[in-house]
Amino acid sequence: MPELRTEEMTINMGPQHPSTHGVLRVELVLDGEIVVDAIPHIGYLHRCFEKHSESMNDYQQVIPYVDRMDYVAAMSNELGYAIAVERMLEIEVPERVEYIRVIMAELQRIASHLLAIGTYGLDIGAFTPFLHCFRDRERILEIFESACGARLLYNYIWVGGLSHDVPSNFKDKVRDFINYFPPKIKGYNDLLTYNKIFIDRTADVGVLPPEVALNYAASGPVLRGSGVDWDLRRNDPYSIYDRFEFDVVVGKGEMGTVGDCWDRYIVRVREMEQSVRIIEQAVEQMPDEGDVKAAVPKRIRPPEAEIYARTETPRGELGYYIISDGSMSPFRVKGRSPCFVNLSVLPAISRGSMIADIVAIIGSIDIVLGEIDR
Amino acid sequence: MKNPEEIYAILKEKFGEEKVELKEDAKVVPWIVAAPDSIKEVTKFLRDDDGLDFDYLMCLSGVHYPKDNSLGVTYHVNSTRKKHSLTLKCIVPEDNPHVQSIESVWKTANWHEREVYDMVGIMFDGHPDMRRILCPDDWEGHPLRKDYKVQEYYRGMKVPY
Repeated sequence: MPELRTEEMTINMGPQHPSTHGVLRVELVLDGEIVVDAIPHIGYLHRCFEKHSESMNDYQQVIPYVDRMDYVAAMSNELGYAIAVERMLEIEVPERVEYIRVIMAELQRIASHLLAIGTYGLDIGAFTPFLHCFRDRERILEIFESACGARLLYNYIWVGGLSHDVPSNFKDKVRDFINYFPPKIKGYNDLLTYNKIFIDRTADVGVLPPEVALNYAASGPVLRGSGVDWDLRRNDPYSIYDRFEFDVVVGKGEMGTVGDCWDRYIVRVREMEQSVRIIEQAVEQMPDEGDVKAAVPKRIRPPEAEIYARTETPRGELGYYIISDGSMSPFRVKGRSPCFVNLSVLPAISRGSMIADIVAIIGSIDIVLGEIDR
Repeated sequence: MKNPEEIYAILKEKFGEEKVELKEDAKVVPWIVAAPDSIKEVTKFLRDDDGLDFDYLMCLSGVHYPKDNSLGVTYHVNSTRKKHSLTLKCIVPEDNPHVQSIESVWKTANWHEREVYDMVGIMFDGHPDMRRILCPDDWEGHPLRKDYKVQEYYRGMKVPY
């Protein structure tokens, strides 16, 4: 019998592949079913955000563009940008605005994590949790819609304030949601988190050690999943986050190794509980009166300066590096996208894993291609 | 926790004034300008020195300064344990834009440097994989240069529409 000949095979996963969450192409070099190398190719969704920003006549006009970076967490993107420009201008925003912003950002975090864990289950083959997550996410989108008319791309948080005040029944709506939501988390846990098949597919898969995570500057749930206790809301507080009590959730390797896919997943689930805690406190403390447009500047003309401001979005550290040349339009706006940086760790953690696990690893990083390609 | 002036004093002692320079006229925070051929040593020192302990490269951006005919790279580094941050810059002339790669210091620089090369056109010497990242490999020009003119046709397709 002649000897069997083996060789490495290169196959493309994507750009049109449902588990790449958009248009990501991963070039996989395979030895049988073992992944020898995984090379991500990005840029299919590049829409020249940074170049567009430079041609805007006003800093305020950039906000609809930042919405379209991370299109499932647009509120968080707006908040980061508004804070960066406000720091350049040294604007103090009214108390009421700060509270509404925090509530919106935390609701957005829950909505975004719901999408992340729902589609993650879908990637791995659990269809039902996806429907449950979308059912609950819908309630948050309704709150957003009642505040600004849009469900996904809001243009709501402006430099210095908000585009509209919230409706008069806003607090009741938010209270309804935070009463409704926590029992549902138990539902997800029963359906997905502690499901034996789900654990088998995610525990000990795609292990990202903490020192590698830091070296790759991973952030958000990817970094915390590796057991690094780092959250900008607590470690570098912005807005009014220093007024709220909440825990920073880290991965502990309960089902396998610290930093595996299950840890990154569970961090998102538990962060939703913490977000509910923050919203509870914020709704109680929020003042009822106040003009949300009081501090919105008529003309924005920052001094010649530059700033790097970072905030914790659902996906991690979103930084804006803005340079002003003293004119009405920004000289340079760079968006430091958390997904871009988190995805760059993919080759390092997928070498040596099985080809079927690549889907689990990509899903656990929770990428949004709109933000990677900008 | 150290402020930029204290960090500069340490760097000046180690590398000398011709390699690093402090800019204090900045409106927001002072930054340090390092020579493009020593940025790797400087960042490695920043990472490994016990008192500085910069373990986290937050951001790496490319900028075009058409007034001075130069290009710049801005590094925002942070220490998660010592809780201080620093802004470092490298300025290179437009006609010879070469900067040392710091990929070996912080792996995250790999993709950031590819993006800077793609968008602004700075070459990073010593980078293991210096390809474009967002634009196609055979794209012409570097879009974030201020004098960028988009090509008329790309593989027979009209580009500005």
